[in-house]
Amino acid sequence: MAHHELTTPVTEAQSRALRVNDTVTLGGTLFGIRDATQIHMFDRGRKTRFDLRGHAVIHTAPNVRKVAVSGEFPAGYAPVCVGTTTSDRMERFTRPLLEQYGVRMIIGKGGLRESSLKAFQDLGGVYLAIVGGTAALETTWIEGIEDVDLDDLNPESLWKFRIRGFGPLLVAMDSHGGSLYEVVQRDVDAMRSKVLAGLGVKSA
Amino acid sequence: MKVDLSKVEDAAAELYVRALKILPPDIKQGFQRLSAGETTATGKKVLATMMTNITVAEQTDNLLCQDTGVPIYNVVIGRGVEVDGQGLKQALRRGCERATREYPLRSSVVHPLTRKNEHSSCGPEVPVIHMDFSDQPEMLKIEMIPKGSGSENNSFLKMAIPAEGVDAIKAFVVDCVIAAGGKTCPPTIVGVGVGGTSDLCVALAKRAATRPLGSACSDPDGAKLEQELSLAVNQLGVGPQGLGGDSTAFAVHIELAATHITMNPVAVNMQCHSARRASAVFTPQGMEYGF
Repeated sequence: MAHHELTTPVTEAQSRALRVNDTVTLGGTLFGIRDATQIHMFDRGRKTRFDLRGHAVIHTAPNVRKVAVSGEFPAGYAPVCVGTTTSDRMERFTRPLLEQYGVRMIIGKGGLRESSLKAFQDLGGVYLAIVGGTAALETTWIEGIEDVDLDDLNPESLWKFRIRGFGPLLVAMDSHGGSLYEVVQRDVDAMRSKVLAGLGVKSA
Repeated sequence: MKVDLSKVEDAAAELYVRALKILPPDIKQGFQRLSAGETTATGKKVLATMMTNITVAEQTDNLLCQDTGVPIYNVVIGRGVEVDGQGLKQALRRGCERATREYPLRSSVVHPLTRKNEHSSCGPEVPVIHMDFSDQPEMLKIEMIPKGSGSENNSFLKMAIPAEGVDAIKAFVVDCVIAAGGKTCPPTIVGVGVGGTSDLCVALAKRAATRPLGSACSDPDGAKLEQELSLAVNQLGVGPQGLGGDSTAFAVHIELAATHITMNPVAVNMQCHSARRASAVFTPQGMEYGF
C-alpha cells in the first residue's frame, strides 16, 4: 500500500510498479477523453495530433468557459468544473488506447472489466480510481487547459490539462491481474443469497 | 395569484445553477449518518472525500459534480393560480437555456440519433417538465433536478407477474443494486416504483429516487418495505464508489400505484450521492428558494 508521486509521462516500469491498493498523486499533463472522443478515434478513424505515449487519460467532459487566448489560457478555455464520468461505458476502448497510443494510466470511476484488466496485464497499464462526483475538489488540482483537439466534439473533445497534486488516486486495477472491483464483486455475489434470505425471499 | 412568467424564467435559470452547487441538508445529514456507521477503511476514506468536496464546492462557489445532467423541472400548481400553461413551459425552457449559456454550464444534452449538442441543455422534450396540481391555495412550486447520467444509466424495469409476488420486487431491487455496482456513484438513493403501468412504474421510481432523505412512502406497506430494503442493500458490501463497504445506499425509497390484476411491475431508478435538487416557491408574498 505504497504511495507514489508521479510526473507524466511515465515508463512501462513505473506503471508496472503500481499495485492494487497503492495510491498515486500525479503532476504534469493529463488528457481528458470520453465516449464520443473514443468513438471517433477508434470507430471513425480520426487521429489526434497529441502524443499520448506514457500518459494518463481521465474519463471526463469538463465544464469550461471560452476566453481570449493568452499565456494563461493557451487553448482559449478556462476550466470551470472538471470531474470524472463512469468508465464502464468505455470498456472496449482500453486496449486500443494502450496498444495504438501507448497510454499507461486510465483514471475513472466505477471501474473497468475483465478485457481491460487483460489489456493492463499484456501492455503494462493501470486503472486509477478517483472518487466520482467530487469535481469541485478535482478542479482544484487542475492548473489549466493547455490545448484541445477534436474540439468539434465539445464538450467531449480531447483535452490537455496541466495538473498539480492530482490525487491521491487509488490503484484499483493493476498490470498483475489485480482488480479491487473483481474482489468486491465476488464478495457481493456471495452475500446475495444471504441478503435475499434475510428478506424472506423464497426462491431466487 | 397571477404568475409573472419572466420571474419563472429567472427562477428556472437560477435553480439549475443552485441545484448544481448546493447539496440539500437532508443529503448532507445522510453523509454524516453513513460516515458514522461505515466500518471499512476504504469506505470511510471515500465518504470523507465526498464530504470534503461538498465543502470545497461551497467555498469555491463551484459545481459539486461536472455532470450537469438531464434538466428536469417538476411544477406543482396550487389553487387559485392564474398562469398560462404553455407560457410556463416556454419560460422554464428559456431559463434552462440561459443558465447553460450564461454561466456557462456544460450542455450534457444531445439529439439521440445524430448526437448533436446544441449547447443549450435543451432538445426535443428536454428539459423534462412535469406538471401537477395541489390543494394549497395561491402557490406555485418549481423543483429543479439535474439528473446525472451515471445513476440514470442504471435504470431498470421488470414486468413481474402476480405469482412471483413481493419476492420478485425484493429480488429485483437487490439484483439492480448489484448490477449497478460502482457505476452509479454510490452511496445512492435507490428509487423503486411498484405497480401502475410500465410508464407510470418507471416515473414512480424516479420520483422515489429524488425524494428527500428522511421522507417515507405514504402507503404503510410501501413504507415498511422501503425500510426492509434499505437495511438489506447495505448488507451487500458494494460500498461507496463500488470499492466495498457498508454505505451502498443512503436509503431505498418506494413510490407505488395500483396495478392490474395480472400485473406486478417493478422499476428501479437510482440517484447518485450528488443527490442534487433545488426549488422555488411562488406565493402572493413573493418567491423563495429552497430544496
